[in-house]
Amino acid sequence: MTDIDKTAGPKDTPPAGAEAIKAIPVRHYGRYVTAVIAIAVLVAIINAFAQGKINWHAIPDYFFDDRIMTGVGKTLLLTVLSMLIGIVGGIILAVMRLSKNPVTSAIAWFYIWFFRGTPVLVQLFLWFNLGLVFEYINLMPVYKDYWSSFMTPLLTALLGLGLNEAAYMAEICRAGLLAVDEGQTEAAHALGMSHGKTLRRVVIPQAMRVIVPPTGNEVINMLKTTSLVAQVQFSELFRYAQDIGQNSGAPVEMYFLAAAWYLIMTSVLSVGQYYLERYYARGSSRTLPPTPWQKVKKHLTTFSSRKVTA
Amino acid sequence: MTDKLSKKQDTRPRDAVPMVKAEGVHKSFGQVEVLKGIDLEVKPGEVFCLIGPSGSGKSTFLRCINHLEKINAGRLYVDGDLVGYRQQGDKLYELRDREVAMKRRDIGMVFQRFNLFPHMTAVENVMEAPVQVKGASRGEARERAMQLLERVGLADRAGHYPSQLSGGQQQRVAIARALAMEPKLMLFDEPTSALDPELVGDVLDVMRDLAESGMTMVVVTHEMGFAREVGDSLVFMDGGVVVESGHPRDVLTNPRHERTQSFLSKVL
Repeated sequence: MTDIDKTAGPKDTPPAGAEAIKAIPVRHYGRYVTAVIAIAVLVAIINAFAQGKINWHAIPDYFFDDRIMTGVGKTLLLTVLSMLIGIVGGIILAVMRLSKNPVTSAIAWFYIWFFRGTPVLVQLFLWFNLGLVFEYINLMPVYKDYWSSFMTPLLTALLGLGLNEAAYMAEICRAGLLAVDEGQTEAAHALGMSHGKTLRRVVIPQAMRVIVPPTGNEVINMLKTTSLVAQVQFSELFRYAQDIGQNSGAPVEMYFLAAAWYLIMTSVLSVGQYYLERYYARGSSRTLPPTPWQKVKKHLTTFSSRKVTA
Repeated sequence: MTDKLSKKQDTRPRDAVPMVKAEGVHKSFGQVEVLKGIDLEVKPGEVFCLIGPSGSGKSTFLRCINHLEKINAGRLYVDGDLVGYRQQGDKLYELRDREVAMKRRDIGMVFQRFNLFPHMTAVENVMEAPVQVKGASRGEARERAMQLLERVGLADRAGHYPSQLSGGQQQRVAIARALAMEPKLMLFDEPTSALDPELVGDVLDVMRDLAESGMTMVVVTHEMGFAREVGDSLVFMDGGVVVESGHPRDVLTNPRHERTQSFLSKVL
């Protein structure tokens, strides 16, 4: 990939005065060999799956089934909302952790220690069954109900996933905040900006460059982790796929279907992450890297100009 | 600017209240004592140069003036007010962060490494503090920022990010950024030390222009030529103490102290 990038650009415009070099490029035979091996292995794998006892026709039949689509929607909703809780919580925890106030710093430490140290699945079950400890939820004038009817599957899923995520995001955000040069804080303070303003206007925007890539990772991770909440009675993609599989007598096929949907969603998220990273890179490099579409366009034009010179 | 100066002269005689006054200022980092009792006075409208070998404490002293570093002993006053503390009777009260920030508004600072905000364009860098700290409107702040960029000769670079500017241009934007808060005192921490030699001149020109407009400036520098031409007072520091002080021309041409002589013989 990078090989192509380096050679594609300036080579095709020969200098005006001097005669351009015409040499036979180095042949990379290893590339042909590896390509042949890779294709052979791929064919073998596809062949094995095609001959297995799997009813492939069931997958397109159910691919856009209403239940599957609802499941996809709920998975996405859960991912977005839990990540929102995770990111906001993570930033707050990171700031608390780095604060000069020893009390807030200790609270943040304790929170991260607990939520990072226990499995998500266990936390989900704990939230679901907290009714044993708190029989009622009582927000005096606003709301009062039994814990069991208050803690719906959605809320359990959100709290379980979101609060756990906040602990991880806190560490990511902390690394980002620490990565910003101290001179930036000093410059902002010297201008008379308060701690809060300095953080919001100067430090966090620069920390984002460090925070976004691992956060993209976390979003993709979260999308997949949502499949766990089927265990606390929340129906999302995986749960619906399982249900259909049991009713239609094609359980394994539905796992393939779910896998395909997860793959589609994570692919879309990866593209989004690319553009987000590009946005936060502004100012840090002199020219922004080209978008994939710009790269494709460049390759197309260089191909055509190659034909002209040949 | 002239308006401000004349007002100052009306309310109090020019040399009654020094802009900066240090009395026995001490500062330690852990076990290391960096400042060992600094006494000096900077008069309003004066260009005050601090020279000395690296590690002599001159940058640390500069950073104490706007309370980026806390002093351990002595008293430090800016325009008659204690820096970082409030005195009531014989007790000292530490100022809250908000109060410290309030005082810093009036003191501009220019750093050796520029420290421009890399995610903002030149004009946004200059606008930032007036909008965020003083609550100026964006339009008003932009207009004023453009005037300041014009003054440092960079109006055509307003839309550039710091990474797209040379070191000298970045430092001039940094000066404009500090001036945007209309400070009564400007601190320069080796403003030309990180620059290519050919870019130093542009920055010094801007500083000279600023000095002529009557700004009070405290300049930590290795540019002896600038100190001699523009400076009104000069202090040579070494090992955390003031070794020699006086008019730049006197100190630079006829250093009395042996330590000053050996330093200058290496630098000049």
